[in-house]
Amino acid sequence: MTDIQHSQYVQAFDDGREPALETLGGKGASLVSMTAAGMPVPPGFVVTTASFDAFVAEAGIAEHVHSLLEGLDAEDVAEVDRVSAAIREDLCSRPVPTAAREAVLAAVAALMEQCGGEVPVAVRSSATAEDLPEASFAGQQDTYLWLTGQDAITEHIRKCWASLYTSRAIIYRLRNGIPNEGLSMAVVVQKMVNARVAGVAITMNPANGDRSKITVDASWGVGEMVVSGQVTPDNVLLDKITLQVVSEHLGDKHAELVPDATAGALVEREVPAERAGIRCLTDAELTAVAQMAKRAEKHYRCPQDIEWALDADLPAGQDLLLLQSRPETVHSHKAATARPAAQPASPAATTGGFDLSSITSSLTGAGK
Amino acid sequence: MTAKKSFPKPSELPVPAGAEGWEKLYPYYLTFQERRKEEDDAKFWFCDSQHWPTVFKPFETIGGEFAVKCLGQYNTRHLMIPNANGIEFRVHLGYLYMSPIPVPEEEIAARVPEFQARIGHYFQNWDTLLEQWRTKVRGTIDEMETLEFKPLPDMVPLEDIVSGKAKDGTEVLLENYDRLIQLAYQNWQYHFEFLNLGYIAYLDFFNYCKEVFPDIPDQSIATMVQGVDMELFRPDDELKALATLAVELGLQQHFAAAPATGADAEATLAAIGAAPGGRQWLDRLEEAKDPWFNFTVGNGFYGHDKYWNEHLEIPLGYIADYVRRLEEGQQIMRPKEELIAEKERIVEEYRELLDPEQQAVFDAKRGLAATAYPYVENHNFYIEHWTMGVFWRKVRELSRTLHGYGFWEHEDDLLYLGRNEVRDVLFDLATGWGVGAPSGPVGPTYWPEVIAERTALVDALKTARPAAALNTPPASITEPFTRMLWGITTEQVESWLGAGEEGTEGVLKGMAASPGVVEGVARVVMDADDLAQIQQDEILVAPVTAPSWGPVFGKIKATVTDIGGMMSHAAIVCREYALPAVTGTGSASTTIVTGQRLRVDGTKGTVTILDGANAAPQVSGPGAHSHHHGGEHGAQHGAPEADTAGEPAHV
Repeated sequence: MTDIQHSQYVQAFDDGREPALETLGGKGASLVSMTAAGMPVPPGFVVTTASFDAFVAEAGIAEHVHSLLEGLDAEDVAEVDRVSAAIREDLCSRPVPTAAREAVLAAVAALMEQCGGEVPVAVRSSATAEDLPEASFAGQQDTYLWLTGQDAITEHIRKCWASLYTSRAIIYRLRNGIPNEGLSMAVVVQKMVNARVAGVAITMNPANGDRSKITVDASWGVGEMVVSGQVTPDNVLLDKITLQVVSEHLGDKHAELVPDATAGALVEREVPAERAGIRCLTDAELTAVAQMAKRAEKHYRCPQDIEWALDADLPAGQDLLLLQSRPETVHSHKAATARPAAQPASPAATTGGFDLSSITSSLTGAGK
Repeated sequence: MTAKKSFPKPSELPVPAGAEGWEKLYPYYLTFQERRKEEDDAKFWFCDSQHWPTVFKPFETIGGEFAVKCLGQYNTRHLMIPNANGIEFRVHLGYLYMSPIPVPEEEIAARVPEFQARIGHYFQNWDTLLEQWRTKVRGTIDEMETLEFKPLPDMVPLEDIVSGKAKDGTEVLLENYDRLIQLAYQNWQYHFEFLNLGYIAYLDFFNYCKEVFPDIPDQSIATMVQGVDMELFRPDDELKALATLAVELGLQQHFAAAPATGADAEATLAAIGAAPGGRQWLDRLEEAKDPWFNFTVGNGFYGHDKYWNEHLEIPLGYIADYVRRLEEGQQIMRPKEELIAEKERIVEEYRELLDPEQQAVFDAKRGLAATAYPYVENHNFYIEHWTMGVFWRKVRELSRTLHGYGFWEHEDDLLYLGRNEVRDVLFDLATGWGVGAPSGPVGPTYWPEVIAERTALVDALKTARPAAALNTPPASITEPFTRMLWGITTEQVESWLGAGEEGTEGVLKGMAASPGVVEGVARVVMDADDLAQIQQDEILVAPVTAPSWGPVFGKIKATVTDIGGMMSHAAIVCREYALPAVTGTGSASTTIVTGQRLRVDGTKGTVTILDGANAAPQVSGPGAHSHHHGGEHGAQHGAPEADTAGEPAHV
C-alpha cells in the first residue's frame, strides 16, 4: 500500500500516516492514533472518505441524492423511509470505482497475510462529523461482524456507506439543521478477535487506590465471562514501575467463551481441569498486558480500565490486542480522597528542610 | 501459621559431646548466668549468624563485644532514639544471641526533642561530619599501623641509658597492646556514628513510600536510594582495572596458571616484573593495594579471615579470572550506566504518580535517604575490612612473638585466650624477662595445656548448629533496626517456628532480595576458602556472603543465602551487579547440593530445586546453622513494614 492511488483510498492502522479525522472518521482516527502510540489494537485498515467521495462522484448521484432530500419533512416518517430506501438502493447498486475497489482488495489481502490466513473481520462505519454526539447519531454506528471473503467485506463497506442515509440519520440531520452537502464517511475493516485468553486490566490497585500498581484479571476465551463475573478469573497485582508480581490469586476458570467462526458466534464450553486451575497467562504474556496497560495510561494521561485479549490467529509476541481503554473513574475518585494528606516538608530552620516529625512518628508509631 | 510455639530455653539446648564446660572459654559477662536465669529466659534472643556464623574462639569475642556495644550506645546515649535502646548479647554454646531493648513507653516522649536536635544536626551537616569521620578513622588506622610487637632486646640499648630513658621496653609491648585494643574500640565507636542515621533516613523514606504506594515492592524502595559507585565496590573495580591493564600490556600468559588458590603469587609477580610492561603493571598493583587490598574474604570478625594484601594469591586469582573473561570477550565491568538509568527511571516513574505536594515530600525524603544511605555500605570498607585487617595482622604479629617465647604450640594460638588474659601473658613475659628467670615466663608451662583443652571445646561446639532463636518470641517484632539489618520480622520468626509444617517439596522460600529469574547449576560454598571452586555461570549458594566476594559476583548467575534480609550484603551486592538473589532461605546451603540445577526467582523470593537429588548433606563446622525454611510469609518481608501503628516498638 505504498501506491499513492491506493493510499488515498485506504489507510492501514499501522502505516505510520497521521490520523486525520476528516479522512478516517472518529473511530478510524482513534484506532490509527492508538496504533501509533504503540497500543496493539486488532489489526485492520480504514477505507477513507476519499473512497466514498470517489464513489459518489463516479456514480454521479450527488445531485440526485441532494434533490431527494431537499424539502423533506422530518415528521413525515413514511416519506423519509421511502427516500431512505431509494437512496440506499441507489448506493448499493452502483459500481465502486476501480482504483478504490482495488485499494480495498489489496488492503484485505495484506490484512489476511498479517493474520496468517483467512480470518473473519468486522466492518464498522466511522463518522467524520465531529460535533455529533455519537449515541444519538446511531445511523452511523452500523457494525457488521464475522465477515469472511472479499465479496462480503466489500458489500458491507457499501452497507456502511449506505447507512449514512438510514431514516434515523436523515431525520437526525433534519432536526439538527445539518446540511447534506459534503457528507462523507470512512469505514473501518478490522480483524475479529479470536480470543484464546482475555480479560481486563486496571492501572491501579482498586483495593487501596495505589496508583503504582496494575491489576490484571484474566481467564480463558473471550473476556465476557470475566466482565460478567461468570468465572473467577486469575487475579494478579503487578508493580507498574518494575512490572514485578506483587501478589496473585489463581481463579477456577471452569468455562470459556470461544469464537466459532463457522457459526459466526461465540460458543460456551467447559475448560478441562488441567487448564482451569493454572494461570492462563505466561510470565511474558502477563508482562505484555501490564506494559500495554501502562502505555494506555500514558497515552490518555489518566488511570485506565482496559479490555484486552490474546488472539489465537496471531503469532506469539504480536498476539496481545487492546479491545477497549477507558478512564478509570470510580476508584480514581475514591483514591484521591483516600490518599494520605501530603505532609508539607515544614522546613524547620534547624533541620535543613527535613521533616523530622515524620521520622519520629515512623519510629514511635505515633500519629498513624 | 497455626499455634505458636516457643524456641528452646538456653538451658534446654543440648551441649555437644565433648563441649561440656564450654563456658570457661568466655568471660563471665558473655554467658547466661544461673542467677539471672528467670530474667534471661523471659527475653527473646535471636542468633546473629549473619555476622557470626561460626563459633567464637575466645579472643574473637572482641568483634562481637565492640560492635554490638557500640551499636547500642548510639541509640541509647548519642541519638536518643525514641523507641529503641541497644541490644543485649550473650554467647551461648559458642554462638552470639541478641535481644533488643525497648525504651519504656513512659520515657519515649522525653527523648523526642533530644532525638530531633541530634539527628537534625547530623542530617544538616552530613558532608562535613562525614569528612571529619574519614579523618578520624584514617587516624586510628594509621596509628594502629605504627604499633609493633617485636621480641624484647637482650639488654636495654645504650642510647636509652645515656638519654636516661629508664625503661626496659616491656612497657612498649604492654602499651602497644593496650593501644591496639583501644584503637579497635575507637573505630568501632566511629563505625556506628552514621550507621543508625543511614537506617533512619532510609526507614523514613521506606515508610513514606509504603504510605503513598501501599503495595510498593521493598526492592523498588531500595533501588531508589542505592548508590552504584560505592567505595565498597572499589576493591573489585581495582581488580578489573588491573585485569584490563594486563590485557592491554599483553601480560595474559602470566595469569594462566594463577587462578587456583595456593598458586605461587610471588612467582607470578616475578614473571610479570621480568616481562616487558610488567613494571608498569606492578606499579599499578602497588597503587591499588593501598588501601583497596585491605579487604577480607571473610567479614572481619574472625582471626582466620584472609586479607588480600596478605594473601596476594587471592586478588591475583580474581584478576586471572577477569583476564580470562576479557580474553573470551566478556564484559567485566558492572553495568553501571544501565543501573543508573534504571534507578532514575524508577524514581521518576513513581514520582510522576504523586501530586505536587506529595512530590515535594517524596523528593526530600528520598534525597535524605540517598545522601545517608551509601554510608550503610561504605563504612564496611573502613572498619570491617581496613581497620580489622590491620588489627588482625597486629594480633597475629603479637601471637607469633609470644609463640617465639614458647607460650604456645601454634603461631596463632593467642586466639584461644581472652583479650584480658593476653594482658596477663604480657606481664608474665615482662616479669620473666625482667627478672632474668632461667626458665623464662610461667606461661609456656601453663598455656599449652589450657589451649589444647579450649581447642577441643571449640571444635566440639562447632559440631552443632546454633538455634535460630531462644525462648518465646513477642507477638510482633517492630523494632526497626532488628527488622532492617537482620531481617528478623514477625513473619520470619513464625516461619522458623513453623519449619517443616508447610511448603512445597523442593521449593525454598526466602526474601525477594534482587529481581530476576535464572536457572543454573548450584555451587554450595560453606567457607570463603571454597570460593575458587566457583565456575562461570554457577549459582552461588552460601550460608551468608561477604561484600568482598565481589569478583565472584561477576562470575555467577544468582545468589541464594540462608541468612539476611533486604539490606544484607548479598542483597545489596546482587542488586548492584544486576543478579537475582534470594536471601534468608534459612536452609539453602544445607538443603541444596553442589551440582543440582536450580531456578532462582529473585522477584518472588523462591528457589526451586529442579532435579531429583534430594539427599541433604551432613553439615557441621564453620557456617553451620539451623535456620529452617518454611511458611509462606517469608518472601515479601525483608525490610520493615510501614505499619507500626499501636504496637509497642520493640521485640
